[in-house]
Amino acid sequence: MGMMKIPMVVQEPDFMIHGVLKFEAFGQELWITDTTVGSWIITAALLLIGFIANRKLKAAGDNDIPGAFQSMLEMGMEALENMAQGILGGNARKFVNYIGTIFLFILFCNLSGLFGLRAPTADYGVTFLLGMFTFFIVNYQGLKNRGFGHFTSLFQPIPVLFPINVIGEIANPISISLRLFANLLSGVIIMGLWYGMMPWFAKIGIPAALHVYCDLFSGCIQTYVFCMLTMVYINDKME
Amino acid sequence: MNISGQDFIYGCSAIGAGLAMIAGIGPGVGQGIAAGQGAAAVGRNPGAKSDITSTMLLGQAVAETTGLYGLVVAIILMFVKPFN
Repeated sequence: MGMMKIPMVVQEPDFMIHGVLKFEAFGQELWITDTTVGSWIITAALLLIGFIANRKLKAAGDNDIPGAFQSMLEMGMEALENMAQGILGGNARKFVNYIGTIFLFILFCNLSGLFGLRAPTADYGVTFLLGMFTFFIVNYQGLKNRGFGHFTSLFQPIPVLFPINVIGEIANPISISLRLFANLLSGVIIMGLWYGMMPWFAKIGIPAALHVYCDLFSGCIQTYVFCMLTMVYINDKME
Repeated sequence: MNISGQDFIYGCSAIGAGLAMIAGIGPGVGQGIAAGQGAAAVGRNPGAKSDITSTMLLGQAVAETTGLYGLVVAIILMFVKPFN
């Protein structure tokens, strides 16, 4: 009983990061990759939206009826402030700028799969950096608010737990960055496999449902979770 | 049939990747429990549906982490090929 050969599979699945440009600096071989280009495009789009939004809000008078764009901006800002308020309470104003920035960046990165880019957050270099930002902010707040108590709190409740507490602190940035990375990577792999290995008639309509789950749903949830956990970690160090 | 050391390593890596994905069982059970409890909570208190849903989704996304660690290990074994 021979295996039946399926002739409709035309190409190899492709979900890797591709280099665009190679250059040498400081004796190292460096690459400009899909991720870099994607994050440039996203940064440019965010800057453009921010610029237009700034112009729009400055031009708006007190008695004007707000248009659709302005209402959307105000609703988004309000939702963000409510989210920060819910966890950080009175300290929300200090962090809402940072949280809003990473929220928009991660959201646009996750949704960029819909526009044919390879999501920049599906590269561990990007998410690890975001995780390290969280790590440094959390520890800076700990040092600022507790002083030396930031270190002695590692010996509580009993000194024997010191190694476990240290591992717990170091695991935080790794776990939130790996969570974001692995979710987006699994989406990219599923989409790559589907587009690369399925016969042509399976590429009609069905990828739309997969995009809704892998890019829209998963991307939005993971953005929310990343910002939420960052705020929870910060809030732990506030008192 | 001659199997070189390299082929043996590739084969063992593939088996290891498959074994690593057994980690997917845990998050499946955990997320199912969270969803079931969420449904029960909505049944008891339909007014708090939006709060329950967002809490449930947050908890599920966190519970997913261990499964994703398994996925990362499997992907590293398959594509990064650390044992060459």
